[in-house]
Amino acid sequence: MKKRDPDLLLFHAPLLRQGMTTPKAMRDVIYALLPATGAALWFFGLSAALVLASCIAGAVLAEWVFANREERGESLRDSTGILTGLLLGLTLPPGLPLWMAFLGGVVAISLGKIIWGGLGHNLFNPALLGRAFLLATFPIAMTTWVPGTGDGGFFSVYAGNLALPFMQSSFDAMSSATPLGMMKFEQQVTPLTDLMFGRTGGSLGETSGILLILGGIYLYLRRDLDWRIPISILLTVIVFSTVLTFFDATRFPTPQFSIFSGGLLLGAIYMATDPVTSPVTPKGAWIFGIGVGLLVMLIRVFGGLPEGVMYAILLMNAATPLIDRYTQPRVFGRGGDS
Amino acid sequence: MPLGQHIGVPAQAVVSAGEKVRRGQLIAKPGGFVSTGLHSPVTGTVREIGDFRGVDGRFAPAISIEADPFATQKVDGNSALDWESMSLEEFIEAVQMAGIVGMGGAAFPAHVKLSVPDGVKIRHLLINGAECEPYLTTDHRLMLERPEALFEGAEIMRQKLGAEETIIGVEMNKPDAIETLRQHIKPGQPVRIVPLKVKYPQGAEKMMIKSVFDVEVPAGQLPRDVEVNVNNVGTIVAIADYFLRGMPLIERVVTVAGPGVTYPANLIVPLGTPVRDVVKFCGGLKPGSREIIMGGPMMGRPIASLDVPILKGCSGVLVFTDEQTARQKEYPCIKCGRCLEACPYFLNPSRLARLSKSRMFDEMKAFHVFDCVECGCCTFACPSHIPIVQLIRTAKDDLTHRKEPEA
Repeated sequence: MKKRDPDLLLFHAPLLRQGMTTPKAMRDVIYALLPATGAALWFFGLSAALVLASCIAGAVLAEWVFANREERGESLRDSTGILTGLLLGLTLPPGLPLWMAFLGGVVAISLGKIIWGGLGHNLFNPALLGRAFLLATFPIAMTTWVPGTGDGGFFSVYAGNLALPFMQSSFDAMSSATPLGMMKFEQQVTPLTDLMFGRTGGSLGETSGILLILGGIYLYLRRDLDWRIPISILLTVIVFSTVLTFFDATRFPTPQFSIFSGGLLLGAIYMATDPVTSPVTPKGAWIFGIGVGLLVMLIRVFGGLPEGVMYAILLMNAATPLIDRYTQPRVFGRGGDS
Repeated sequence: MPLGQHIGVPAQAVVSAGEKVRRGQLIAKPGGFVSTGLHSPVTGTVREIGDFRGVDGRFAPAISIEADPFATQKVDGNSALDWESMSLEEFIEAVQMAGIVGMGGAAFPAHVKLSVPDGVKIRHLLINGAECEPYLTTDHRLMLERPEALFEGAEIMRQKLGAEETIIGVEMNKPDAIETLRQHIKPGQPVRIVPLKVKYPQGAEKMMIKSVFDVEVPAGQLPRDVEVNVNNVGTIVAIADYFLRGMPLIERVVTVAGPGVTYPANLIVPLGTPVRDVVKFCGGLKPGSREIIMGGPMMGRPIASLDVPILKGCSGVLVFTDEQTARQKEYPCIKCGRCLEACPYFLNPSRLARLSKSRMFDEMKAFHVFDCVECGCCTFACPSHIPIVQLIRTAKDDLTHRKEPEA
């Protein structure tokens, strides 16, 4: 009996692949955010968990509702919905009514991603778009900061969390200012160690600088982020604020303070580096990072808001296609003229 | 034995069906300048001259020779050639007749590279021991097993080109090869061994020049424009075999490897041997074998039949199983930039792939699509499993084969 040849396939080379896949890269970012998420739970207790869960639920639900029928399961499996929800949640104040958080998640995915054509096609960072939406719609709730749970224990929930939709509760929770707000409006500087470890008021994920940096290092080691972006953002902020302190050390924040306060680390490491909305070219990444850094400082120091990371990144997102166009790499053997 | 085993014009048969041929006998003469001679790899009888299905599935002219089972298959010594007294023109013609082509995989006729226009000086002879692709180990084995021939061939080439020195570039993961080569340098011989970092696609000649001299060959120009001549170790050994031992190019080293091969090996295979026999010699295919690649895993060609012959440019026969050939779901491009970092020519593969998908081939020219050497690094690096290099190839094919609209 003649032995049959196997039915040979004709896939074209290369057959070799490196092991990284897009869903894996997304999951890596989630893992990198886990320490900071843990810190959020530690400082803000059950409220943090509820806010985060609401955001993720909103994002995943939107992902499911708006996906193609055939691709429904698939688009959930790539974890981008969870990631967007988590990132959004980490930028929100802990006392935010849960229904707002949920709505933010829905908006982040639907207006931030799906409407553009889904994964890979959006111009703006979905999580930040969701946050911008919330900030514009519910300015009071979004800027009401509550202190850490402190003595109340893990299971105490902020009254604000449980507010019913559109039944405006009076936000009578004891409010506390964020370090940036205190700096801007009361010229009061929060000690650096508090900033680094997160014993400050602020949104869920932005308070603990050290854990955020740890996650960033993990992402760098896994080669999931373009190191040029966070480095250029941070360097720009450091240079900018160093120059400012030469003029007036009492009015302007020190570099250390600028780095560790507010959402800068969260934004620089996890949001600005979103590959979809940042330039692909290495040169473009530097320009993008420097732009974000400059805008952050301009808004913080000279603008009317205490915090500017979100708008800085969104503005640079808008500039990304342009940056990409003008920073095409120099082709091998073509000198500088390409 | 297909007549077009090299880039350029196919050779012309000089034998006819029924004729008895000796191993090493010329069976086809060059069909033009960018063409080479072809010699019978076996002693036997010419069965047929006609069109046979080739590696790419197209029919192409070839000579079918049946080996004589009773012949000794010993070459009755064409004698060594007096290369020292040859003029450069005679030397080039001899290389052409010997059928020697670039053995790295491209199968570019070797004599064309030697034909340097007036006024261009070759100062460095660069010998490529970098192994063009993963899995392949032919260059490595040649350097270990035939260092003498390598140095002989190198000396012939260097003197004929009038180059000042010979440089052999070897990747650092082959310390034994570097050591062996170092031991064989004769005192006073202008040879340097340059250890190189291990990276793909360093076997591409322009990449090799960049690694060794830190010079970029300008786009659209050749290595000779930066005074370098690059040759694969296999080519150099073939030169030595022809000029010192009278042996034309009738066999080559082939790596038989991959997860589907029972006994992986490096074999010296007579040209024209069907892949079926090569695989059988290595213990046959393992169950689950799904795809056979001729050449390397990054740029090689899949073959549809086990009956295609081993060619001059075939450095490997790789067998892959279900596991490697499983198609993975393609995700949208997330513009992570990994392909840009991977591209050795600093192109923008993500942009090229996107344009190719929308069939905007003409727009791709502005992004230097023709500078792409199809090394496959972008596809390898892509986390979304987008077949980037395949898309680029489609576009290049379309652009080159497109018929001009009738006026």
